[in-house]
Amino acid sequence: MTIDEVKIGGLGASRRRVEDNRFIRGMGNYVDDIVLPGMLHMEVLRSPLAHAVIRSIDVTAAWAIPGVRLVLTGEMLASRNLAWMPTLSYDTQAVLATDKVRFQGQEVACVVADDPYIAKDACEAIVVDYERLPAIVNPTQAMADGAPIIRDDKENQPDNLVFDWEVGDKEGTDSAFAEADVVSELELHYPRSHPSPIETCGSIADFDRATSKLTVYMTTQAPHIIRAAVAMVAELPEHMIRIVSPDLGGGFGNKVPVYPGYVVSILASILLERPVKWIEDKTGNLISTGFGRDVYLRGQMALRKDGKILGVRMHTDSDHGAFFSDAQPSKFKIGLMHSAFACYDIPAAHLTARGVYTNKAPGGVAYRCSFRVTEAMFFQERMVQGAADDLGIDQAEFRRLNFVRDDDFPHRTPFGFLTDSGQYGKCLDIGLEAIGYEDFLKQKEEAKKKGRLLGIGISTMTEPLGAGNSREYDILGIKMFDSAELRVHMTGKAILRTGAKSQGQGHETTWAQIVAHELGIPADDVVVEEGDTDTAPFGMGTYASRSTPVAGAAVSMVSRKIRAKARKIAAHLLEVSEEDIDWELGRFYLRSSPDRGVTIQECAMAAYSNVPDGMEPGLENNAYYDPPNLTWPFACYIATVEVDPLTGVWDVLNVVAVDDCGVRINPMIVEGQIMGGLTEAYAMASMQFITFDNEGNCVGSNYMDYMLPTAWETPGFELHEVVTPCPHHPIGAKGIGECATVGGPAAFVNAVMDALKETGVRNVDMPLLPDRVYEALTTSRDVSGAPPIKTD
Amino acid sequence: MTSLFEVVPEEAPADTPVRRLTISVNGEQHTLDVEPRLLLAHLVRQALGLTGTHVGCDTTNCGACTVLFDGSPVKSCTMFAVQADGHEITTVEGLASASELDPIQEGFKDEHGLQCGFCTPGMMLTAKALLNENPNPTEDEIRWALSGNLCRCTGYQNIVKAVLLAAAGLRNQEDAGEDETS
Repeated sequence: MTIDEVKIGGLGASRRRVEDNRFIRGMGNYVDDIVLPGMLHMEVLRSPLAHAVIRSIDVTAAWAIPGVRLVLTGEMLASRNLAWMPTLSYDTQAVLATDKVRFQGQEVACVVADDPYIAKDACEAIVVDYERLPAIVNPTQAMADGAPIIRDDKENQPDNLVFDWEVGDKEGTDSAFAEADVVSELELHYPRSHPSPIETCGSIADFDRATSKLTVYMTTQAPHIIRAAVAMVAELPEHMIRIVSPDLGGGFGNKVPVYPGYVVSILASILLERPVKWIEDKTGNLISTGFGRDVYLRGQMALRKDGKILGVRMHTDSDHGAFFSDAQPSKFKIGLMHSAFACYDIPAAHLTARGVYTNKAPGGVAYRCSFRVTEAMFFQERMVQGAADDLGIDQAEFRRLNFVRDDDFPHRTPFGFLTDSGQYGKCLDIGLEAIGYEDFLKQKEEAKKKGRLLGIGISTMTEPLGAGNSREYDILGIKMFDSAELRVHMTGKAILRTGAKSQGQGHETTWAQIVAHELGIPADDVVVEEGDTDTAPFGMGTYASRSTPVAGAAVSMVSRKIRAKARKIAAHLLEVSEEDIDWELGRFYLRSSPDRGVTIQECAMAAYSNVPDGMEPGLENNAYYDPPNLTWPFACYIATVEVDPLTGVWDVLNVVAVDDCGVRINPMIVEGQIMGGLTEAYAMASMQFITFDNEGNCVGSNYMDYMLPTAWETPGFELHEVVTPCPHHPIGAKGIGECATVGGPAAFVNAVMDALKETGVRNVDMPLLPDRVYEALTTSRDVSGAPPIKTD
Repeated sequence: MTSLFEVVPEEAPADTPVRRLTISVNGEQHTLDVEPRLLLAHLVRQALGLTGTHVGCDTTNCGACTVLFDGSPVKSCTMFAVQADGHEITTVEGLASASELDPIQEGFKDEHGLQCGFCTPGMMLTAKALLNENPNPTEDEIRWALSGNLCRCTGYQNIVKAVLLAAAGLRNQEDAGEDETS
């Protein structure tokens, strides 16, 4: 009577999603859907200028509007010492501006009123007298001599530098370059982009005067971090704070930081003793919340004639906007940028990195990305293509020559990470076969004779997912472990809670599958809850593709604790010693007489009705999982394109993705993650970016200017899989959510650059808008998306 | 003062502009007094409590707020409630009957056509309108029809598959119906 694991919704089952039952009926529960009795509505007044002194703020007319309950300015917050708040990266950020505004869209005042229409009216009635200052909109300006100091609110901040950091082996790298036959160079800008979930940010703060308990419903990917932050900033006792993250309409890193709107809604609720709802509009979301990228990268690769990479130098200048408020592991200033080149066997590498303040919204969040790995892998794969071209070696062959081989694990990457598993060559071969590489090269030559431009781009990479082990990874000193709590009821049904927080990843479905795999309890018998800090165990939340590597592992471990106790109960029920019984999925049985056994459900009933003498009753437990290492999925993305030489417009012909994320819990959901990621990759390569004019005005403040791909532009994808189990994860899984967003852009860009190869153009910055491609075609010069960066 | 956001209350200031409107939402008639500037999306969400209609972008781009207006998809975040006076609105809550899901809902679930679920109601209603007009659409026709609805999670491929599956389901239903009558 062996249980079929797939039938009970265990590992490998493309189980239909549990959460969909409410979403397809319009019965999701997003923050804006929540209505509390007596609830008021808050709106934020934002700065129209990127850099200005605030001379005065007149709120008289706003107060006079019927239905207005509260008007707050920075000055009023300052009197309570709340005008500034600490960020997740040891900086400070203005809650409401006092002295100056430092980016367009910065929060200047808030109005709380009976309805949002009145609150908007009142915001318009506030008169702010600004004295405009020159705006700094890129790192070159920020680091220029005599540049205005943006953060003059800070002591010991004599310039606009956020950090100056380095990692790697400088001497070893210098030696590698001394031995090089060829040095390949590349300089590019990874443009600013906004994660832009369709749902904006929002919160409802509900301070209960009777109990002094504060409940905040909010759009957060990391509710427990928020609880800790609120406890420390607002000096409220942590047990009197409950953060609830209900259904989230997408996150992609945008909903990790703490935004002023959340903070002011909390303060307003405490002052008014009524629930206060704040729902950001799209423009507010696009111009003020967590941007990603905006990094200028340049590097050199030392090469031997035969194709061997000897060493790499990299330098990055990152634009963090006015406040360094993205969450990064505190040890690594430019995130995991130094995970670059991890899939290649390179003896030496050195990275220098500078971060600067500018008059732009706080940026640098991990937009579907493990802390800057997106920029790292894009640069890596653009460099690899350039180096292959410089050496005159086929781009696939060049990768194969330099890949870490299957028998070389564990492998120390050039910057010191430890990779543990992979089949890089196999993934590449499957990708080349699927795209029809050799045939395409012939087609390309044929097409060239007719004046048509075809191109093929490859991107291969392994990236570090699942931050992370407590030796190296923390945010504000809090170690980046995660947790799970499992209660098995007497009838064998169960409830599981974790410290992660799904935003579309489908945890309610997949976590139950892990329990099914470990305990043989059908996944349909396990309900999963997340996002309520009063009930869920402490965890660091969901971002950086860390849910399965960390919280998912905790689900396995807590299930195994339950199984260990159930084994003792089974021995008791079978009246034998524990050593005499074995486990098969869902059942303990007598080794000598396999027909005699008890199911996990029978053990559960006994845990509440018939425990052995001396045993604590019940069948529940929790697990905190501190991963021994990151997980290292590998991906090979290949795109083919045709560029129209008359217009610079390019069309995607085919996209092939080969992903090795180890064991797949739910293949359907994994493929959904990959296709979503590829779409964001295509978006960044083709259209999606946010830029600023010289006065610091955000160009891209709504969906008419900020282009996102629709079903019409988005190409189709062909997916393939390779499974190399993670050696240290309890079920062999690796992260997947961000892989395609991280590795995908280079495939598209490399394809277009391949089509343009004859022109000698080395780089066109993303997004590859038709006018940029056209310029490259007609001038045979590189096209930069940004002003050149000062060298030293 | 009570909120004007929902329905204009009796004690509202005398100069509050008010319009009376009668609309049918998911087959149910409602007569309400509202401010003329009230958006249809807010009427549906707040006054009627049908929160399946989501507001994403405020600028008619994302389509999360799509409802059917006399059967045609419209973006309710940039339409005034009073413009719906005398018309029939269908929201996502009107898709399923008490006992069974609409084939479009089945399609989205079976083909994993949603992740965070925020764009899903608008996507399904737009697709529903397409299938009413064109019961056998091609992939390109589906992609074109859905190009006013943004999704950030799925990459659209499974949404297209969901609509194809729903179309097949609807055609089967019709065939079965014809068999019964013949």
